[in-house]
Amino acid sequence: MTRKSRRLILIAACGSVLALAVGLILFAMSGSIVFFRSPTDIAQQGIAPGTRMRLGGLVKDGSLKRGPDQTVDFAVTDTNATVEVQYKGLLPDLFREGQGVVAEGMLEPGGRFRADTVLAKHDESYMPREVADALKAQGRWQEGGSKGAGPKPATASNGGTLGPRSER
Amino acid sequence: MIVETGHFALALALAISLVQMVMPVWAARSGDPALRQVASQAALGAFACVLFAFAALTWAHVTSDFSVQNVVENSHTQKPLIYKFSGVWGNHEGSMLLWVLILTLFGACVAAAKNSVPPRLRANTLGVQGLITFVFVLFIITTSNPFSRVVPAPMEGNDLNPLLQDVGLAIHPPLLYIGYVGFSISFAFAVAALIDGRIDAVWARAVRPWTLAAWSFLTLGIAMGSYWAYYELGWGGWWFWDPVENASLMPWIAGTALLHSTVVMEKRDALKVWTVLLAILTFSLSLIGTFLVRSGVITSVHSFATDPTRGVFILAILVLFIGGSLTLFAWRAPLLRQGGLFAPISREGSLVLNNLFLVAACATVLVGTLYPLLLEMLTGEKITVGPPFFNATFIPLAIPLLLIVPFGQALAWKRGDVLAASQRLFAALAVALVVGFTVMALTWGGPVLAPVGIGLGAYLLIGSALEIVSRARGYGSSRTRDLGQIGRRAIGLPRSAWGTALAHAGVGVVVIGIAAQGWATEGLATLKPGQTLSTGPYTATLDRVAPRAGPNYEEAAAFLTIRTRSGDEIGRVETGKRFYPSRKMSVTESGLLTIGASQVYASLGEIGQDGGVGLRLYYKPLVLMIWLGAVVMALGGGLSLTDRRMRVGVPAKARGRAMPSAAAVPAE
Repeated sequence: MTRKSRRLILIAACGSVLALAVGLILFAMSGSIVFFRSPTDIAQQGIAPGTRMRLGGLVKDGSLKRGPDQTVDFAVTDTNATVEVQYKGLLPDLFREGQGVVAEGMLEPGGRFRADTVLAKHDESYMPREVADALKAQGRWQEGGSKGAGPKPATASNGGTLGPRSER
Repeated sequence: MIVETGHFALALALAISLVQMVMPVWAARSGDPALRQVASQAALGAFACVLFAFAALTWAHVTSDFSVQNVVENSHTQKPLIYKFSGVWGNHEGSMLLWVLILTLFGACVAAAKNSVPPRLRANTLGVQGLITFVFVLFIITTSNPFSRVVPAPMEGNDLNPLLQDVGLAIHPPLLYIGYVGFSISFAFAVAALIDGRIDAVWARAVRPWTLAAWSFLTLGIAMGSYWAYYELGWGGWWFWDPVENASLMPWIAGTALLHSTVVMEKRDALKVWTVLLAILTFSLSLIGTFLVRSGVITSVHSFATDPTRGVFILAILVLFIGGSLTLFAWRAPLLRQGGLFAPISREGSLVLNNLFLVAACATVLVGTLYPLLLEMLTGEKITVGPPFFNATFIPLAIPLLLIVPFGQALAWKRGDVLAASQRLFAALAVALVVGFTVMALTWGGPVLAPVGIGLGAYLLIGSALEIVSRARGYGSSRTRDLGQIGRRAIGLPRSAWGTALAHAGVGVVVIGIAAQGWATEGLATLKPGQTLSTGPYTATLDRVAPRAGPNYEEAAAFLTIRTRSGDEIGRVETGKRFYPSRKMSVTESGLLTIGASQVYASLGEIGQDGGVGLRLYYKPLVLMIWLGAVVMALGGGLSLTDRRMRVGVPAKARGRAMPSAAAVPAE
């Protein structure tokens, strides 16, 4: 085998593995990306039911209802709009009314959000970054406000940590 | 006082690392080899200083010195002693100090390993290492000082985050950091070679043990982290494709590629430039990982307090090292004498393919990890790239890679024979197919990929065993069928051969463990005492729910009895919810029952007013194989390290001694 053909084979191998990787990335990007939406986004944009997304906001006070077989209903709000959420499973330890939450799942035709994953953070004054940003964008952010109305961002003294997720 | 001395020692380490950095350059300019010696002494000195600083911080934690900010934020008088120790690095400042401690430890090891590295290379390597130490100590002192005081000192601390109050914290970060930071040595070697403009097999032989050690520890660290997340986070997942996990996986993949390309360089004097690039990339990925985890761009259990100045500083470090080393590479790499090309069908050819697939897999993980960050920065759109993306990209690249593993080993160096290799692997292929199809038939209607994975695992295991057998059997005229002689020869094989086989077998074990998760089952119910919940082949009965007290928490525990479906008792499991008053935080403690390599996993949910409790029960078949396999891989790495070829101190003598056995067992 000549030097030239060896080099060609090497280049061909590199090229095909690279092409494979790029192809896989593009393929996966088109199908498995999940967007983050706030209740206002959902109200305004009219998102089609069945689209997978992450819904973030605050758990509305007084909205948590526990049903049979570990089914829970709660509402997620960004104080502007509210979305009803249903979830079957164990909620994270620090899931509380008035606290920030991120739910992953999809909208049902009726407008209710069916979550299969609920994320809450393990910190009493936690606010998921996405939720904090969304609230800021709404002008609802109160820096250092009272609990519930304007949760503080994680400060140096209460290092933020990821709480357990709950998956269905 | 001890705290101030610790702070001072850290500042001293900063100064000493500057000396360590400058001396080799000066030695090269003045041509005085005695100056090189200073770099070694400086490396030892820097290690001693950082060790002292670390000990001082540990002392402050153990004695609950609440005049230190770091202790106030992360400790509590009631906290069990082991967590007072591990709590030292259970926070941003302390973990950075641990990072630097390990960095200087590696520097000291290079300085102490007198004979293994040529003096010039050693001095240059230590110089680069000195630069890394300098920058990171500067980072700690200016943005993350663990020794800052609080006035007035509070009476009680805030306690360590309950999620971190676990043995995992004592084991996972040190192991992971030894791996992460260990790659700094490969990086320093690569940069030293670029500065010198010279690279050869001696370089490969010198860098290989360090890479191997770092890789083995990183393997253990990742496995430990995975197991910890599995039992602590309470929902039974063992890998989430979370950015912080990817941050540790990427250097591991690149390190694996580096490990294999150094072999080619050592044996065949080829792939030089590529190996240097890989060494640079591996440590760059470690730094990117540190940036992702430490800067607070990503919120996770690992990002403690976030502070924008730190993020900017780490980003600057990133630019300095990655940009600097790649620029140096672009400038100096053409000077390195290129190795020869080689036949595509050969051991080295298959190792190139291995490198290609590993790098491609690493790139997909990098894209999946950074894409959301970049997109948000550029467009403000927030997205999540989750498991579906990584499963769709990583797995299709991993499968051909795993198929090559035994195949490449069966090929000879220089010129391989595909037919002969296939014949050698016939048994492995046959068994893998039989195993795969049998499993598929037995679990018909279940997941499709799982039997494929089991077959692949079997193929890797048998392929590794065959490699040892065929090498022990010998080739050509020395080929034997005498079992006794094969056994004796097998024992006489170089430890690196056994290490390789063990590490590859470990991969097989991991693959089987992962594949078996396709059959994992779970159940969810609200139970009252006496009621049962079934999943997979097991049934759990809730016996009672009772409160109990721990050292710094109160717990409501559920006691379960696990039985088979036919009613035979297998064991008992306790799962609870712990409430930590100091942080007003509750944490679920999952309960595990190990049955062979499988586990039954119970996780407690809400405790209702009527005495009913939410309970999630998982059956995880062969799940322990995932982590045991990783341990086997690391053991393989460790075994290779004890090979006499790794003791590069006396290459001439070692080669002389190795001759007779090398004749009996021809080239690897």
